[in-house]
Amino acid sequence: MFGFGDFWVAAAYLLCILSTALCVVYGLMHWNDDEEIPAAVHPPDENLDFEETI
Amino acid sequence: MNLQILLIIIGIYALIVGYLGWLGYKSTKSASDYLVGGRQIHPVLMSLAYGSTFISTSAIVGFAGVASMMGMGLLWLTMLNIFIGIFIAFAIFGTRTRRIGAELDAHTFPELLGRRFKSRFIQGFSGFIIAVLMPLYAAAVMIGGARFLEVQLGLNFSLSLFVFASIVVVYVFYGGLKGVVYTDAFQGTIMLVGMLVLLGYTYSHLGGFSSHQALTDMSSLVPQKLVADGHRGWTAMPEFNSKLWWTMVSTIIMGVGIGVLAQPQLCVRFMTVKSSKELYRALIPGSIFILIMTGVPYIVGSLTNLYFWQKENKIALAMVVDPATGKPNIDKLIPTYIGYAMPEWFAYLFMVTLLAAAMSTLSGLFHAIGTSIGRDLYQQSIAKGNHQERTVPFAKTGILVAFVATILLAYNLAPGIIAIATALFFGMCAAVFLPAYISALFWKGATRTGVVSGMLTGMFSWGIWVLFFHEKESSALGLSNMLFGKTSLVSGTTWAVVDPILIGLPLSAIVTVVVSLMKNRQS
Repeated sequence: MFGFGDFWVAAAYLLCILSTALCVVYGLMHWNDDEEIPAAVHPPDENLDFEETI
Repeated sequence: MNLQILLIIIGIYALIVGYLGWLGYKSTKSASDYLVGGRQIHPVLMSLAYGSTFISTSAIVGFAGVASMMGMGLLWLTMLNIFIGIFIAFAIFGTRTRRIGAELDAHTFPELLGRRFKSRFIQGFSGFIIAVLMPLYAAAVMIGGARFLEVQLGLNFSLSLFVFASIVVVYVFYGGLKGVVYTDAFQGTIMLVGMLVLLGYTYSHLGGFSSHQALTDMSSLVPQKLVADGHRGWTAMPEFNSKLWWTMVSTIIMGVGIGVLAQPQLCVRFMTVKSSKELYRALIPGSIFILIMTGVPYIVGSLTNLYFWQKENKIALAMVVDPATGKPNIDKLIPTYIGYAMPEWFAYLFMVTLLAAAMSTLSGLFHAIGTSIGRDLYQQSIAKGNHQERTVPFAKTGILVAFVATILLAYNLAPGIIAIATALFFGMCAAVFLPAYISALFWKGATRTGVVSGMLTGMFSWGIWVLFFHEKESSALGLSNMLFGKTSLVSGTTWAVVDPILIGLPLSAIVTVVVSLMKNRQS
């Protein structure tokens, strides 16, 4: 296939292109899937009081 | 190559980079701007910044050289880089990282882990690991950039190193992450154009897809030593379970392909965009960029065998034999091929492409090391979160420390250690951070104890394998030889070529899960 000497290399070549196509199609399908930035649970400059016992 | 023309081109390039760094500086008003680009970066810029930080000079020159020896089986790495490094990373890890990072107001990768598990130890320890290991990787990248200036401009190597690192540190120091992202996007565009031209010329020279068949027909020319190691031709995978198969699959494909998911300088990019839709949109330019940047070197690297056979009656390895040692130096393969096969104007473009690749990776590393030292290790861990108003000065101090540490390493480390620095860094990131990162994003049942235990297990098991078992690294580091008189305790067996990531990562994951489950049952 495609002049390669081995099925696995031909598969890798094809899968590189298909993976890119997957990313492009998925990106287009979710173009407007939004999830606005949530309000921070911790205010930006809060001095967090962590319990360190593990 | 005309030195004056090259100097003018590099001068124009440096001016544009300087201008973009200045734009970053002008638009940086807060700690959030400096650390995560104000969470308002455009998806195209984010994806180019992610990709160009991901791909360094060694991925272009080094891996193309490796492909000239091993062949196109390396395309599995491209496939993993796209599927895992872009699709899984952006659509699954990225969207969660962005949301949780915003909820916790995390500004760095260690801070995301630390705040998720409410532990200053996790943040400080992660910052420490980055501060210690990332300069090794940065030194390797820096040496690549400096060698370019040394060879092309005839500068002294020490001076080249200092000039190259100084230019990068100035725009990272002043421009923060915005400066890094703006310059990365420009550098990524240059890299993309350079690689596309290289592929187009090579295919058109050699007859397009028919060149694959011609290369397949050359399998009888593979040197006997490589055949004995399992090589079956440049368009076939090595023989299953052979030495070459394990090297290709475990080190290159698994190590680099999976290791990418937990790299702090890349993960922080997900926190720079406003919402999930930006990450979905970034999939498109991101995947095309990685396809070109990693696919082209492997295809062209392998096809150089065909080119040199047609022109010189020699395979690629025979074209780059070092006269001093009598052994092939595969790092010279791509420069040699460009000198032979490409038009002169491309040599200039390719030089700037390599410079852009080195600078874009180094800038992301300086920023990540600096924020790890200033924000994670010092401010949040040692200073217990005090002095919040001084986040940016701390991060800037950290960037200067990163600059000095990296320069000192680059001047003083043995060449053998520099050569394996990238693998060391990628492997350690996967073994220490990946189970913790996955737990932070996807598993509510993960406990702080489980994650800390997993991270420590990953660090020690990976470290022991690197020091005493995996021959490539243990022989360079020398501790095994010093203590036991052997370069590896399993020398001569298949275990000696099994990458440390295949040991450290599963152990770290198992301990994280088991300890978390035990802790949950107790409570």
